[in-house]
Amino acid sequence: MTALAIKGGHLLDPAAGVDGLKDILLNDGHVAEIAGPGKLKHANGAEVLDATGLTVAPGLVDIHVHLREPGQGYKETIASGTAAAAAGGFTSVAAMPNTRPVNDSPEITSWMQAPERGASVRVFPIGAATRGSKGEVINDYAALKAAGAVAVTDDGSPILKDNIMRETLAAAARVGLSVIQHAEDTRLTQGASMNAGPTAFRLGLRGMPPEAEYGLVERDIRLVSELRDARAHLHVAHTSTGAAVAAVRQARRNGLHVTCEVTPHHFLLTEEHVGMYDTHAKMNPPLRAAADRDAMIEAILDGVVDAIATDHAPHAVHEKEVEFENAPNGITGLETALGLSLRWLNKEWKMPMGRVLSLLSAQPAALLGLKGRGTLAVGSFADVVIFDPKAEWTYRARETKSKSRNTPFDGWTMQGRVRWTISEGRVVYTNSA
Amino acid sequence: MNPTPAARRAIHPPPGPTSPFPYLAGSLLSAGDLTLAEISHILSRATFLESEDPLKRDRILSKRKIALLFYESSTRTRTSFELAAKALGADTTLVSSLSSSIEKGESLKDTGLTLRALGAEAIILRHNSSGAPWLLEAETRLPVVNAGDGMHEHPTQALLDLRTMLTHLRPGVTEVDAETMAGVTVTVVGDIMHSRVARSNMMLLPRLGARVILCGPKELLPEVAGQAGPGISIERDFDAALHQSDVVMMLRIQGERLAGLQLDLEQYKANYQLTGPRLAAHAPKAMVMHPGPIIRGMEVTAGVADGVQSVILEQVKNGVAIRMAVVERALTTGGAA
Repeated sequence: MTALAIKGGHLLDPAAGVDGLKDILLNDGHVAEIAGPGKLKHANGAEVLDATGLTVAPGLVDIHVHLREPGQGYKETIASGTAAAAAGGFTSVAAMPNTRPVNDSPEITSWMQAPERGASVRVFPIGAATRGSKGEVINDYAALKAAGAVAVTDDGSPILKDNIMRETLAAAARVGLSVIQHAEDTRLTQGASMNAGPTAFRLGLRGMPPEAEYGLVERDIRLVSELRDARAHLHVAHTSTGAAVAAVRQARRNGLHVTCEVTPHHFLLTEEHVGMYDTHAKMNPPLRAAADRDAMIEAILDGVVDAIATDHAPHAVHEKEVEFENAPNGITGLETALGLSLRWLNKEWKMPMGRVLSLLSAQPAALLGLKGRGTLAVGSFADVVIFDPKAEWTYRARETKSKSRNTPFDGWTMQGRVRWTISEGRVVYTNSA
Repeated sequence: MNPTPAARRAIHPPPGPTSPFPYLAGSLLSAGDLTLAEISHILSRATFLESEDPLKRDRILSKRKIALLFYESSTRTRTSFELAAKALGADTTLVSSLSSSIEKGESLKDTGLTLRALGAEAIILRHNSSGAPWLLEAETRLPVVNAGDGMHEHPTQALLDLRTMLTHLRPGVTEVDAETMAGVTVTVVGDIMHSRVARSNMMLLPRLGARVILCGPKELLPEVAGQAGPGISIERDFDAALHQSDVVMMLRIQGERLAGLQLDLEQYKANYQLTGPRLAAHAPKAMVMHPGPIIRGMEVTAGVADGVQSVILEQVKNGVAIRMAVVERALTTGGAA
């Protein structure tokens, strides 16, 4: 692999505390050298990428995506999903195990990472916490970890039984894996398709009450505190209610290892976006009331939130062109996360760009223990996103690299245009427009 | 000083939902979509068409094609739409879920496109999913009349209920305004949660000045129902509600939509059944209405259903007149966009 020198750009690497004009040399898949403009010592013969006027940052890390392989290649493949990731500036994605079959084995975990899958960026499988994600029998976490799994979860089929969740937390802690919980007490959400409240009543739809989320978060935190000595790590996926974030905040004050993520749609949209049964506003957890949406923004600005994750959930057009109650949950998100985060968190709400990027790279990488990711310190993986921070553009779902285009953000204005995405030294996405 | 995050958001909130596509002028999806002028137009056309010479009337929509697409069983609604369309001379065809390719898994979109390809100029839809008429209109771009969607709405029922009330309380009135029903209290009793009739009446009656009281147990009437719009309140004590009522609208308990909800029916009857003595004691002058089907001995006793205060069969009769006006409107207003 030839060396690549990125010259003239503004290097913004919050984890390394770098924020200034720097040239950077990538060699053999790693960061080889960082120096002031024109000062690289070992760049002779390297291919040069002119990043003048652009921001150079660690490749983004999304710890919550659904790549649909194995089993549902008509929605997405590992190749198409990671192509969308690259277009969105992501160089690492953690893939949820609710595939067909469920990824509850080292064999599937290895299969997902095989070169034949044609991934553009690094895929980190997340293993199922229980056999078939049925919430009954704990999987062999040591074997999953050895095959490359970076966490365990039964995402979408939350673990309701106290004893199974306790055993999951303890067993995962023993091998140093995080437990990710999709916090939904499904006993309270039977037949429901949006947030509970006046809007759901008016639309004649059954509602998912906020307590279905925060009730389970509180239960899980109680279990973590009972296992205090085991140093279990609970990560709460896609928090959507103020009460859930408050519970996470309190748990951290109590010294527990509890983290959480928020999706762009939960910090931007409300239940009003369901409109007249728009299935692109149907996801789980559902879009909540404005007060909960505002609580997500506050939690991000306050620093309680550890990561922005997309919950990228592709579905075929025909699956969403149905009655609201019959439509599957989820929206795509890999191509819009950076543009929306910069547009709203940074431009409108004045969160420093370094902090926004940290939520999209350094913090999620640290949260799952992805060594050498989320930073461009010398010796790290050569995972880089180069974007024009001043460029405003309009997202067009029909131009997506994903196989699916189920997004509520079609036509939205984005801030910050990705020009190049580099995964372990290879340019995997280019937009010279 | 920098503004607080909340203050910054107040200045620059994220975009709200974009308005849905413009509905076709002939469609009737929600009672809330109708302007007072449109309501007046439908009421006056209903009166005109009802008394029009049948031989003249059946030339109004002569040979026009209307599809009735029914995913749920129905007696009153289906028959009255069919009779209404035929009275205006239209050809109707009925597609029901149990005798069509719907059984084989055909989607609503494909069924709608098929009906359009077969020449349907409007579709009257009853569906078990809330919101299905919006999907059908978006996919076919044909005028769609909502004949009941899940737990959501049943706008022609609210219109025929309105006509029934006006006949008794405001005889001769077909031009309505925001005061027409001022001073009238309508109590809707029972399974509000699952009732599309309740929602459509809640969307319609307060706009004409009526007060709507919702009455029922918590399981069937959640507190949020009281926030559904202006002019709507909750009174859980049936006798107290009856006492204030000019109209009492009784609803059936929808066993098919209870979704596992356990209800003590004996307790329910004790608290909410409309009996002769209860009516005589608390609302001896009120009109008693019911959208049907009635379960005699459950929400009302046979004596009340057949009693002098009952206008239940008038409602059914008004259904044909209102649906003639709505079907005429579907095929003669605006046209396909």
